[in-house]
Amino acid sequence: MRKWLVEPDFILTRDPDRCINCQVCVRQCANDVHVHDEEADLVQSDSEKCVGCHRCAALCPTQAISIEKASLEFRPNGNWTADRIRAVYKQAEGGGILLSGMGNDQTLPVLWDHMVLNASQVTNPSIDPLREPMELVTYLGRKPDRLELNRDANGKVSLATELAPQLRLETPIMFSAMSYGSISYNASFSLARAAQAAGTFANTGEGGLHKDFRPYAKNLIVQVASGRFGVDPDYLNVAAAVEIKIGQGAKPGIGGHLPAEKVDAQVSATRMIPERTDALSPAPHHDIYSIEDLRQLIYGIKEATQYTKPVCVKISAVHNVAAIASGAVRAGADIVAIDGFRGGTGAAPTVIRDNVGIPIELALAAVDARLRDEGIRHQASIVAAGSFRSSADVIKAIALGADAVYIGTAALVAMGCHLCQKCYTGKCNWGIATQDPMLTKRLNADVATRRLSNLLRGWSLEIKEMLGGMGINAIESLRGNREHLRGIALSDRDLNILGIKAAGE
Amino acid sequence: MTANAAGAAHVTIAAGDRPYRPVNAEVRAALEAGVKTVELSDVRGHRYIGCGLTCQGKIVIHGVPGNDLAMFMDGPEIEVLGNAQDAVGNTMNRGRVTIHGDAGDVLAHSMRGGTILVKGSVGYRAGIHMKSYKEKRPVVVIGGAAGDYLGEYMAGGLLIVLGLARERGLPISGIYTGTGMHGGAMILGEALDPRSLGREVGKADLTPEDLADLRRYVGQYVAAFGGNAEEILARPFVKYLPVSRRPYGQIYVY
Ligand code: SF4
Ligand code: SF4
Repeated sequence: MRKWLVEPDFILTRDPDRCINCQVCVRQCANDVHVHDEEADLVQSDSEKCVGCHRCAALCPTQAISIEKASLEFRPNGNWTADRIRAVYKQAEGGGILLSGMGNDQTLPVLWDHMVLNASQVTNPSIDPLREPMELVTYLGRKPDRLELNRDANGKVSLATELAPQLRLETPIMFSAMSYGSISYNASFSLARAAQAAGTFANTGEGGLHKDFRPYAKNLIVQVASGRFGVDPDYLNVAAAVEIKIGQGAKPGIGGHLPAEKVDAQVSATRMIPERTDALSPAPHHDIYSIEDLRQLIYGIKEATQYTKPVCVKISAVHNVAAIASGAVRAGADIVAIDGFRGGTGAAPTVIRDNVGIPIELALAAVDARLRDEGIRHQASIVAAGSFRSSADVIKAIALGADAVYIGTAALVAMGCHLCQKCYTGKCNWGIATQDPMLTKRLNADVATRRLSNLLRGWSLEIKEMLGGMGINAIESLRGNREHLRGIALSDRDLNILGIKAAGE
Repeated sequence: MTANAAGAAHVTIAAGDRPYRPVNAEVRAALEAGVKTVELSDVRGHRYIGCGLTCQGKIVIHGVPGNDLAMFMDGPEIEVLGNAQDAVGNTMNRGRVTIHGDAGDVLAHSMRGGTILVKGSVGYRAGIHMKSYKEKRPVVVIGGAAGDYLGEYMAGGLLIVLGLARERGLPISGIYTGTGMHGGAMILGEALDPRSLGREVGKADLTPEDLADLRRYVGQYVAAFGGNAEEILARPFVKYLPVSRRPYGQIYVY
């Protein structure tokens, strides 16, 4: 049924000269855009339902389909943009909270694009990563205040200091928390396998650990979120590390809600909740109302895992992020993950996704500086998250002070996501953010695993190239080395917070 | 504890002024070595007793255990010969906790299985986000009264509050009882002032199955703490259920 005043976002055209009436598009679209008119024996389309995911166009054998932004122009208005007008129409129609998937899509400045990297010239020769060893190995976890050594009678030296548990990453890129339930079995499975193949880690999110993914648990970080879904001693002990989810960049300060429609038998078993019930994650952890309480949960997890695993605390980048991160470190976090306001989600109120939180660039710089000032930077590793679109963003984050990054959206895009932002509908035509068996089987786990591995390999090679260009042969030497960054078209205040000089300085 | 204690039926561990970590490590080692009962003496607010234990056996606590008693616990039995503090049975999965006194806030937070019996009263937010799954159905029996927000966000399991010995004038449960509740059931020893109920809960009659449950758990309560089961069962019990399985299903537009 057509909604009053809600006009289509896209106009879909089918070139009749090309179309061979094969009806592939009809079968491919879960949004029912395409229908086969039996009488006329013609395929017809209803543009209004199109979400712009390109699934039909990508599979049409004759490239008959083109999709354009609807050119139904409103009178140009810099204030009342078409998106805002349409949002009001939708809410006037439905009277509820507007939902969105993926990350903040507003055109606020992306500070990564205002930072440039250094390269060696003449005095400090660059290194050719093809011929010389280039070290990307990264260890995440608490580092000791000092190292003490023992020397035995034969003069042999050994380490006396007991080291805290560490995660060893072959490359400083991990897959961020995406729960099985919000994404499909094959998508989760592919992330776990690609992480293992690349010697890095994937985060299960708060949806529990499917029994089939247990063989990959050495490369999995499990989450303890406010809903405590699927959390039991086995879950905590089987994983490589445990992450307490306090916040998520796409929706700081609010909880989660996996609708009953997505809770099928498998998701129910993994989350340990009854089938077809809503999975509600409260906004706060109800055993955490203070930093003291956070410490209590961190140490509860350490007790349950007998101090064998790093405990990570994930917070969203909000105004006081530096103080909060400092509190988390003092509370005993071995890793602090910070999720910037462009971080993705399966579902969030649009108003929160687009208006709450701060950019990861500023949050990361502020946290790193604060922890250094307080002399506790070594007590926890920092993982930055919240929209890393390329290896350049990653290496800039490391120069700003991150030990590693989490990628979520980029990983989904590698698997075929077209950023249509409709993940919350459960009708992902690419088989990623859905539990509909007709859709999930579209994502081949072998292909997706390969594509994810390729992405990690490509980005790692690029990082090595950039490092070599800077005359650096180990990522460790770039970490927090802000001399290698310069800002372009940034205010003095921005430069100050980022702790970098302007280009030309 | 010494190595030769392993295999013994019973060991005593003195907690005293030692930190919780070595004490808990000793308790774990003893139970995992097959000791049937660990007697923990002189407990002074030690946290995480029983945390994450998946073995069998029993821990008897003399003194006051600290927060997060039986957190993530998946098997053993704990008996507290006194009061307990906050977050007893936090995300507990299996086993049994018996408290011969009162307990603090957030009792049974996100508990998924097992039983907690409290002789006296409990603080705020007892049973918050308790859940159930298949054969796992957590049961909490509170002898006295509960503070505000009882059964908040409750998604499964059974909360029983008997309303026995409690301070004069204290209601059986505080305000906002059952706010956000979307599964499970609460059985209270008397009807609550409707103004104390969250919007998401409603009163219901006890079914024959509820009565059988009640008889069973009151029996366990009396066996643990004494008292007269028939007298308790004669109280005007009322059941509260979520009015909707999906309290928040209708607030979004696409
Ligand atoms: S997939 Fe392409 S060729 Fe086939 S019916 Fe659709 S538009 Fe026509
Ligand atoms: S995961 Fe699927 S539904 Fe979500 S944005 Fe990507 S293509 Fe769209």
